[in-house]
Amino acid sequence: MALAAGKENLGLMPYDWNFSIVLRYLPRLLEGGAYTIALSASSIAIAAPIGIFFGIVRHQRIPYLLPIAVIYIDFFRTSVALVLICWCYYALPVLLGINLDTFTAVTIAIGLQSSAYMAELMRAGMQSVSLGQWEAARALGMPGHIRLRYIILPQAAVRMIPLFFLLVIEVVKTTTLAGVVTYPEIVYEAFRVATDIYRPIETFTIVGLICFVFLFTLGRVARWLERRFAVVER
Amino acid sequence: MAYIWNFHFLIQLGPLLLAGLVNTIKLWAVALSCGLAIGLVMGIFRTAPSAILRGIGAVYVESIRNTPGLVLLIWFFYALPILTGVQSSAWLAAVVSLSLYTGAYSAEIYRAGIASIEVGQWEAARALGFGYGNQMRYVVLPQALMRMIPAFGNRAIELAKATTLASTIAFGELLYTAKTIAEDQMRPLETYTVVTLIFTAILLPVSYACVWLERRVANSNGGTPRE
Amino acid sequence: MSEVLRLEGLTKSYGRTTVLKGIDLTVHRGETVCLIGASGSGKSTLLRCVNFLGYPTGGRVYLEGKLVGQEVADRSGAKTMRYRESELCAVRTHVGMVFQQFNLFPHMTVEENVMIAPIKIRGLSREDARKRAELHLQRVGIPEKAKAYPGQLSGGQQQRVAIARALAMEPAIMLFDEATSALDPELVGEVLLAMRKLAQEGTTMLVVTHELGFAYNVAQRIVYLHEGTIHEEGTPEQVLVNPQKPRTQEFLRGVTTFRMPEPKLAPAEQSNRGEER
Repeated sequence: MALAAGKENLGLMPYDWNFSIVLRYLPRLLEGGAYTIALSASSIAIAAPIGIFFGIVRHQRIPYLLPIAVIYIDFFRTSVALVLICWCYYALPVLLGINLDTFTAVTIAIGLQSSAYMAELMRAGMQSVSLGQWEAARALGMPGHIRLRYIILPQAAVRMIPLFFLLVIEVVKTTTLAGVVTYPEIVYEAFRVATDIYRPIETFTIVGLICFVFLFTLGRVARWLERRFAVVER
Repeated sequence: MAYIWNFHFLIQLGPLLLAGLVNTIKLWAVALSCGLAIGLVMGIFRTAPSAILRGIGAVYVESIRNTPGLVLLIWFFYALPILTGVQSSAWLAAVVSLSLYTGAYSAEIYRAGIASIEVGQWEAARALGFGYGNQMRYVVLPQALMRMIPAFGNRAIELAKATTLASTIAFGELLYTAKTIAEDQMRPLETYTVVTLIFTAILLPVSYACVWLERRVANSNGGTPRE
Repeated sequence: MSEVLRLEGLTKSYGRTTVLKGIDLTVHRGETVCLIGASGSGKSTLLRCVNFLGYPTGGRVYLEGKLVGQEVADRSGAKTMRYRESELCAVRTHVGMVFQQFNLFPHMTVEENVMIAPIKIRGLSREDARKRAELHLQRVGIPEKAKAYPGQLSGGQQQRVAIARALAMEPAIMLFDEATSALDPELVGEVLLAMRKLAQEGTTMLVVTHELGFAYNVAQRIVYLHEGTIHEEGTPEQVLVNPQKPRTQEFLRGVTTFRMPEPKLAPAEQSNRGEER
């Protein structure tokens, strides 16, 4: 580290940025990124079906299932991702008396939490279909399941696509917490690289950039979809 | 094999957990106030007539929102001493990163709130001779703030959840305290279950309050709640 | 003439407010009945009770001579009606409804809008359903728009598609709930002409409308609704030209304050305009 005389009295230590050394470790960071994506995908795979199911139950107020849906959604909606991850990794194995690998534990935690968001999304999507559509379908004599299948869900699905992308972005961000329980995702990998080369700031700057590029792109896709489908809607 | 639950140690260590909770609340309160202030400025930037201000706002919001909170936190943890010369501390890194994080999201709330005010209101104020600042100050913001309250409530909940990130840089908030206790006592199940329940017990009522507020605001705006 | 619809003592209340206070009304086959009245008089509520989008609180609905629902005695021994959703679904397939806001399904083409209910509920093959859709789109005068999406049509065209969609179920009676109120003024005519064509073809119709000219020229019977009761009822001549009750007179004065001279059109010419479109 070179010391610039003029800045000493300000208490600022001039920092000798060095990104080239981090870039040599880029493959390792990207490998972590791949693990992040794998974890996100598996979490979504859990969240989507559960969320769609409970979303429909909640919106349609299906008897007997409704209270379960409400409790489930409200609990996971207000739960804290990191706490859930710790719970699933440290506590769940004790409760079940089995071993859980980090991937499974974190998938369960993030999948369950995201399923609550997914359910809310589903409900919002169904609610966004105007009352007139429900009435027109009823007036034609369509029973409930036909109404849902052919009239409501296709319209709700189109509206949900951009919001679903935003949910995916949130899930990807949440998966960066998995490093806390030693799952080798990008932040965990970054920590290891940073300790190997003593360059935490540069490493995390690069990681931040990687995340930004990935998430920003996803966000743009979401926006593009939103606009595209909004036009069809008109 | 049935697990034998034991909460006794947690009652003994209650004061420790409580201290952790107090730290969580401190962090939450400071980051929320700073975040809302930053958000107000950036939100106004984002709706400003000047393209430069709008650009600054957009860069800020997009860069923060598209970076995972954890990455942001760790980055500030390492970078703050270099950027400011201040001795790094977990508290400072947590406050700065969580404030900026909340700021970015609340900027969007302010922006949406300001955008939700009909053009007619701006025009009416302009017709009365108000300048841009006064239009914003006396006509637009007072109306917009009402509509934003539920969204801020949700933001506050998300921030409360995000404070747990600070456990990764060893800030002694609730989750970090729990982690130490769990390892110490070799009782992760009880400890983490209690922490989960503490968060639920606090956040669930707040979230219900937000839903209730949302409905009230929707009603007062003449909107009809569905079903 | 056989009756298609009979309402006996129909009441409807929301909590403490009673919207309908005992309506007795019969509609015969091939007849067009227009319901008029001020907003809040219960016209739309009445229509929605006929196809059970809102359940009547009391009274009976007979469709083609058959009582809808089961009569049961409640705890105090008073008779009330109980409606099962499955029965109501079947009832609604015999009652066509046209809404003020069209309510076309935006994710389907015009043709699919008309075909969906016959396929999914009547069990028609796609081919048969397409033929049927073609026929009814022809009747409302827009066969060429079959492949378009509702968003690409004008309001008047959309409303005519909505009429075709209801007709495709071949209902015993068609209900029109202010079918032209949401339209731009220049688009009202085409929808009214389509409706008159249906009336002339012998479709049984119960029409809530503010278009008194339409009511006068097309309806066999006018029903004036006031505060949830039938206030005056009779031929267009009796109700619209020589109303007997002061309320009706007042209402008509309100809506016909300014009038243009009647267009000088021969009756034959007028009815031809419908076909031209």
